Amino acid sequence: MDELSSVFIQEARELLEAMETGLLQLEQHPEQQDNINAIFRAAHTIKGGAGVISCHFIEGFMHKVENVLDRLRNSEILVSPDLSGLLLQCCDHLAALMDLLEAGQPGPDDERRRQGEGLQQQLLVYCAATAPAATDVVATEETDLQASGGGVVLTDSWHISVRFGLDVLRGGMDPLAFIRYLGSLGEIIALETLADAMPPASEMDPESCYLGFEVRLQTRASKADIERVFDFCHDDCELRILPPNSKLSEYIQLIRALPEDELRLGEILVRCGALTQTELEQGLLAQQQGRAPESAGAEPLAAPIGSILVEHKVVSKDLVEAAVSRQSQISEKKSVESRLIRVQADKLDQLIDLVGELVIAGASANLLAKRSAQSALLESTSVLSRLVENIRDSALQLRMVQIGETFQRFNRVVRDASRDLGKEIELVINGADTELDKSVVEKIGDPLMHLLRNCMDHGIEPGEVRLARGKPRRGRVELNAFHDSGSIVIQVRDDGGGLPREKIRSKALDKGLIQPGQALSDQEIIDLIWEPGFSTADQVSNLSGRGVGMDVVRRNIQELRGNCEVSSVEGGGTLFSIRLPLTLAIIDGFLVTVGRSSYVIPLDMVIECIELKQDSAERDVLNLRGEVLPFVRLRELFACSGAPQARENVVVVQYAGRKAGIVVDHLLGEFQTVIKPLSRIFRHLRGIGGSTILGSGEVALILDVQALVQRNARNAERSLNALASA
Amino acid sequence: MPPCKRLALSADLTIYQATAHKQQMLAALAETDLLELDLAQVAEIDSAGLQLLLMIKRESDRQGKRLSIVAHSPEVRQTIDFCHLATYFGDPVMITAQEQA
Repeated sequence: MDELSSVFIQEARELLEAMETGLLQLEQHPEQQDNINAIFRAAHTIKGGAGVISCHFIEGFMHKVENVLDRLRNSEILVSPDLSGLLLQCCDHLAALMDLLEAGQPGPDDERRRQGEGLQQQLLVYCAATAPAATDVVATEETDLQASGGGVVLTDSWHISVRFGLDVLRGGMDPLAFIRYLGSLGEIIALETLADAMPPASEMDPESCYLGFEVRLQTRASKADIERVFDFCHDDCELRILPPNSKLSEYIQLIRALPEDELRLGEILVRCGALTQTELEQGLLAQQQGRAPESAGAEPLAAPIGSILVEHKVVSKDLVEAAVSRQSQISEKKSVESRLIRVQADKLDQLIDLVGELVIAGASANLLAKRSAQSALLESTSVLSRLVENIRDSALQLRMVQIGETFQRFNRVVRDASRDLGKEIELVINGADTELDKSVVEKIGDPLMHLLRNCMDHGIEPGEVRLARGKPRRGRVELNAFHDSGSIVIQVRDDGGGLPREKIRSKALDKGLIQPGQALSDQEIIDLIWEPGFSTADQVSNLSGRGVGMDVVRRNIQELRGNCEVSSVEGGGTLFSIRLPLTLAIIDGFLVTVGRSSYVIPLDMVIECIELKQDSAERDVLNLRGEVLPFVRLRELFACSGAPQARENVVVVQYAGRKAGIVVDHLLGEFQTVIKPLSRIFRHLRGIGGSTILGSGEVALILDVQALVQRNARNAERSLNALASA
Repeated sequence: MPPCKRLALSADLTIYQATAHKQQMLAALAETDLLELDLAQVAEIDSAGLQLLLMIKRESDRQGKRLSIVAHSPEVRQTIDFCHLATYFGDPVMITAQEQA
């Protein structure tokens, strides 16, 4: 596929997304004219783009959609649920067409075509009422070539004269962009901007376009190529193109054909160098004489042109400086057109990898500098490591994207699902601007979708039941995202019926997941929903209930080094919290040692470090300012060799609101950690999250604080239970 | 009437803000004889924005007032240059700004 097509596909997908969001908003607020305009602009731009790359099946389809949108925009038809539903289906169809285009197929297959034709039939209902209104723009008339009269104008460049229609801006197009694009065909030798069509300030509509341009373009491109530049708006602009070395009379004809004053235009043509002043005077004079043999007007005419030219010369003398500096800038212009650049994701990954290596190499240099004890060297390495840290942060920042884009997709899901289920459900999104790593965003979409569907299908009760329970008829599903100590938390919350504990319990008994008489806390019962094959739905709907969901959700999230929790109040709703690390590549770590091995604890989770008092050595809890803090001894946990140190330290960590202590020998301080995943053999290892390489070349293991904290909490719970039953 | 008023546009000069900008500019022009437009913060300008500048320039000429653009962001300057309108606006400041750049 050529570059143009892939750019089109990428842009069209974004526009399509905007269109879909707009349509969903339209259902809620049919009166927002801005929104309708935005939808129309998006559709129009897609159509135009499809035309440029000659993808006629998309262009044709969008044309029909656009017709309906146009009538909507002009308030000829009103927004109805049917119409917006139909338009959303059109969006889906368009997305399918775009996939076809991306796959390089010449046209839609039979099924798609039937589908498209069906939609077009339905669309026709909305635009059949009146015959298409005549456009207010004058059709471009072909300039007839005059065989005789006037010599050839000696110029080797094209002359392009374009007047944009009033509605060009409203159609979502930017005339300047066309002219700039023209520059990519060749070199714009001269350009004049005309705003003569603009009415006085009071009548001027800032959203109408009054601009026209006279351009001299030096290019090898053909007339068709030049015309194609304006394809986007060819029925909304007046375009006249004169080839190089056109007859003088043709220029004169051009002057006559254009809406502006002849003298003003003559001046402009001279100014942009298409004609010399003598040529112009001759031409106009000849025309005048030819047209009006009485020639009374010929004499007075010559004088004004002359005086204009003189005036023009005077002006230009003052502005030579401005003109000189302008020349160099024209060439720079093309490059600054867009402030966003698209970068291949793997290039970014490569950069991050390199930064990772840089961090490791920097750590090793630091270590050597410390050993050498040369203060100058130490100073320079410390500057270096600060810079490396900055590079690391900004490299990671490059990969951060806002989660809002992912969330927006769910608006449509909720809308469709609430229609299918016959429930009224609204989706509330909070924290759409929360940023997280791009690779995480990509992988979190499916699990979230699953949770959301579960909420709508099982969580939210039908309207009547809700009313009977004293809740508003309309159900509410919330998507929240926020940052919390080095991780991002995404919540899916509904105000539905909550998880039915008894039902889960009996289902789990059926499936043999628990034994009869087994004592389970409420939370333990709720957590059963994560077991493979578990579903309490009485019937399987096309949304959910097949029981292939929650364990997959959990696994997907764990693959991202995250975890998910569920809490629920029966009758009051359910809350799923997904906790994910912000990034997958590099973290700030806290380096500790036990015996001769080094371990890294993610710094975000470290709260404080204290010395382990001798008196608590026998127990597994200590008293932290009146609080009971359970701890683990890494030496015991990992069975490290050697006798315990005389003075051990406790690192107090926090994860998801729980605190725990980790007992280690020595604290070595902060350390930038490049996470190297462990090989698959160690997949089932609990308590270790990955490995990293120290400056000395040794390997340190990264502790999985989450697993340690949970293990701790479980132990504490068990000992409490033991106490209670004793 | 204050002899000179400076209006600094902070938002982008595009179709999306065009209506608001038009009112803002005309209101500012009504208050003064010499309107100074500060466009240093304008990060984006499109055809609609350019039109507005042309409009306010023409309107100030019509009322016998003066308009000068005292600061250009690079984007504004490039657009004005591209359209060959530097001479039309004719701001002496503009040339100085280019020389400094």
